[in-house]
Amino acid sequence: MEIGGEYLEILGSSILMTDYLEYSNALFREGLLDGQFIQLQMLRDDSNPDFVVEVVTLFFEDSQRILNELSKTLDEQNVDFKKIDANVHQLKGSSSSIGAQRVRNACIAFRSFCDAQDVESYGFCFFVLFPDQMCLRCLQQVKQEYLLVKNKLEALLRLEQQIVAAGGVVPTLNDVS
Amino acid sequence: MKKGGQKFSALVVDDNKMIRKVEEKLLARFGFETKVVENGEKALKLFDDGYTFDVVVMDMEMPVMNGPVATRALRARGVDCMIVGVTSCGDGPEKAEFEASGLNCCWEKPLNAEIVGTILNKLDNKMS
Repeated sequence: MEIGGEYLEILGSSILMTDYLEYSNALFREGLLDGQFIQLQMLRDDSNPDFVVEVVTLFFEDSQRILNELSKTLDEQNVDFKKIDANVHQLKGSSSSIGAQRVRNACIAFRSFCDAQDVESYGFCFFVLFPDQMCLRCLQQVKQEYLLVKNKLEALLRLEQQIVAAGGVVPTLNDVS
Repeated sequence: MKKGGQKFSALVVDDNKMIRKVEEKLLARFGFETKVVENGEKALKLFDDGYTFDVVVMDMEMPVMNGPVATRALRARGVDCMIVGVTSCGDGPEKAEFEASGLNCCWEKPLNAEIVGTILNKLDNKMS
């Protein structure tokens, strides 16, 4: 009987699918991704099977550009805080649209700090004395969260490719956060 | 769907390419025929060129022409379709200003299935 090969194939893709579910559940539990990512998964269909990959790729390109801009702006003699605020706002928007929850939260924290720059009444606040340094710390935090979720998303999408290559179907995700 | 099997039409106005892509797909999934542009000025041009839409999904912050300015301009031209604002600004004076510019409603980003469903319901109710 020729069962052997088919059985192994089904077993192989089942293991991959279980791995995929465990991996993605962990990402939701850790708050790296939120329900918005599941919404994106649900938009993938036969007419656009690469939808999620395309959106994630755009997110990576966009984020890298913004992070580079932020580094450059913070490096300047007279830091343009309005420019920083605008860029962080952009990143907040795109990270929330993809479900990158922790990146979004890091952006919110960054912005609430940047708002302080324009408030002259902050007088003796430490932030006002060393705004550049505090902004740098905020930027580092955002970068860290971005690199983490980038790493995880790349791994998740690789798993999806493996499942499809093994003849399996990518399971629908559930938000277990 | 409108009567006669016609699809509802939507215009997405957002300066972020990724967000345009996601919103377009989301709306398409709910049966909308969708166009996308990257700022308020391009949106105005479409209307000036004679396009009409059942709903406009308008981002707040955009270069060239932002959401509030574009919304005010559309209303001033007599455009009375649904204009839905989406913003990642939270509640506050900016959101209030945006709403005051002529929006039918304003939502926190990201646009999701629940919001689009609500928009569709409102449009269906308008039709019936």
